[in-house]
Amino acid sequence: MMPTTLVEKLWRRHVVHEAADGSALLYVDRHLVYEVTSPQAFEGLRLGGRKPRHPRTVLATADHNVPTTTRSQGIADPLSRIQVEQLSRNCKEFGITEFGLADRRQGIIHVVGPEQGATLPGMTVVAGDSHTSTHGAFGALAFGVGTSEVEHVLATQCLSVGRMKPMLLRIEGELPAGVTAKDLILHIIGRIGTSGGTGYAIEFGGSTVRALSMEGRMTLCNMAIEAGARVGLVGVDQTTIDYLEGRPFAPRCEQWNQAVAYWRTLVSDAEAHFDKTIEIDASDVKPMVTWGTSPEMVAPIDGCVPDPAHEPDPVKRAGMQAALAYMGIEPGTAISALRPDKIFIGSCTNARIEDLRAAAAVLKGRHIAATIKLALAVPGSGLVKAQAEAEGLDRVFIDAGFEWREPGCSMCLGMNEDRLVPGERCASTSNRNFEGRQGAGGRSHLVSPAMAAAAAIAGHFTHVPESR
Amino acid sequence: MQPFTRLDGLVVPLDRANVDTDAVIPKQFMKSIQRTGFGDNLFDEWRYLDHGEPGQDCSLRPRNPDFVLNHARYQGASILLTRANFGCGSSREHAPWALHDYGIRVLIAPSFADIFYGNCFKNGMLPIVLPEPQVQWLFEEVAAQPHYSLAVDLAAQTISTADGRIIDFNIDPFRKHCLINGLDDIALTLEREADIRRYEESRRLLEPWIFSET
Repeated sequence: MMPTTLVEKLWRRHVVHEAADGSALLYVDRHLVYEVTSPQAFEGLRLGGRKPRHPRTVLATADHNVPTTTRSQGIADPLSRIQVEQLSRNCKEFGITEFGLADRRQGIIHVVGPEQGATLPGMTVVAGDSHTSTHGAFGALAFGVGTSEVEHVLATQCLSVGRMKPMLLRIEGELPAGVTAKDLILHIIGRIGTSGGTGYAIEFGGSTVRALSMEGRMTLCNMAIEAGARVGLVGVDQTTIDYLEGRPFAPRCEQWNQAVAYWRTLVSDAEAHFDKTIEIDASDVKPMVTWGTSPEMVAPIDGCVPDPAHEPDPVKRAGMQAALAYMGIEPGTAISALRPDKIFIGSCTNARIEDLRAAAAVLKGRHIAATIKLALAVPGSGLVKAQAEAEGLDRVFIDAGFEWREPGCSMCLGMNEDRLVPGERCASTSNRNFEGRQGAGGRSHLVSPAMAAAAAIAGHFTHVPESR
Repeated sequence: MQPFTRLDGLVVPLDRANVDTDAVIPKQFMKSIQRTGFGDNLFDEWRYLDHGEPGQDCSLRPRNPDFVLNHARYQGASILLTRANFGCGSSREHAPWALHDYGIRVLIAPSFADIFYGNCFKNGMLPIVLPEPQVQWLFEEVAAQPHYSLAVDLAAQTISTADGRIIDFNIDPFRKHCLINGLDDIALTLEREADIRRYEESRRLLEPWIFSET
């Protein structure tokens, strides 16, 4: 048999009907739903007199709009409240499982899905959110869709999808101390650019990826979309299987054994053909900090902000100039001279238990600088929060001067009350540093949890100190 | 879905690469549970000098005179000319909804982000990919000629200038077919009911855990 890539194996397994041009109607196994991109889809179903084909394949929770402060008073913002309540009404009407605000399983949908074992190897997973690429870490074919496609999947359990070209990012060697999966993906985006992966499904492979935990792999796949790729993937190995065993939605007993036997085949064959292969030496990767308004505008901690005058491409030069003007930064500024006003540790990129542990290891026995106006730690789910509290991490954050919050997307996109005010600079473990993303006029610097913690203590970006 | 066949429209140039969907429609407007009404807040942070919130009367807000959508010569534009990787970032369909609500029906750029590109077709809009030099040439033409318009013919896959120059473009045949006929994707898929059932039966034998009730 021809050697086959992982993405090709997953594709073939899900083809319901193939068109002459290579695009296909693919079957969707898991559909994750949240409050912002689904109300119009449910309304479309009602208007068309349709129902979800298999409500059991859908899992819903509110995350974008929810308050991270106490929830006993409900949601103050009337528009947010309507949207969250509408999700509950829709789920009830159509028989969909929803983790409501009072449920300790509630959280960011891309944290909740894997945590519940609702994301399994070999599945197709979709959600009306671009960071659905996260779930590819499990050897699943997972990608974000728009609201029309949310409705389409609800009604038909299928989706018309164009072929994605396989790209291999082979990362070999050991990441230096203090360098994490977040630094690795920022390094990659800095190298291939925010459209370097457009049209591709990126498989992350090599010894460095094999050595990463599931949390680290999820961080990598989460930001594949920031390189333009709808899909990020990692082949299945023992780490994947160990993570899933015993999760509530994972198969059990005889079916577990049968599933594991199949899942072990979900790797790219040796000699499989990729349309593009990029080699990365892990020892070259340093702690990274973005300086601009696109994730590709990134530099290592010991680097400087580049000078647009040296950029030959006029469109790129104009983009850099606009970014530096927005960010209030002069060309040539040392990255370590940048001083954040706020710290955000959270988001579907970096709000899992390992991320909180990494930040807490830096914060333990230390306190945030006097210049930091607000430091937020927002766990990715109620279960992550509970686990962190069982490990005493909440005390570490609080003693260091952080606020310890309830789970949600929070300041990653500032749809709730957690946001920047104009001109504020933030060290953020999220995924997008776009203009206004964390609040109108806000200035975002994307970093790892350890770097966010280090910046909180020093008051500026700095090498991650040894833990005490 | 609304069909798209041809359009003779005024062109507005947005000379920026990597325009993300957060810029197209900022998050505070995504609290709406409707599909319409986003046009007044299209490019809100660039278009107005104050901070926008849902429910405002945008006709009373101070406009940014430097932003191209506010220039008198581009009022009524239905074709957006822009740079590479337009629509990157969030998958929010609110971005094409806002562009459509404003009156944009055709977008021309050297490249689009994948999710945004697909979302346009679901809303009767045509995103056209042209090589970088042709896009650059169009930017120069728009700058040089007030009220610059183009005629787009989807069936013929051509863009015609007022002085008779013709630019060809490529498009996926299935997407073209759906757009020209304004086809309902869901109804099309449901015609494959027998295929879907057959698929479910055979897959259930291979991976029964996918189909178990939880």
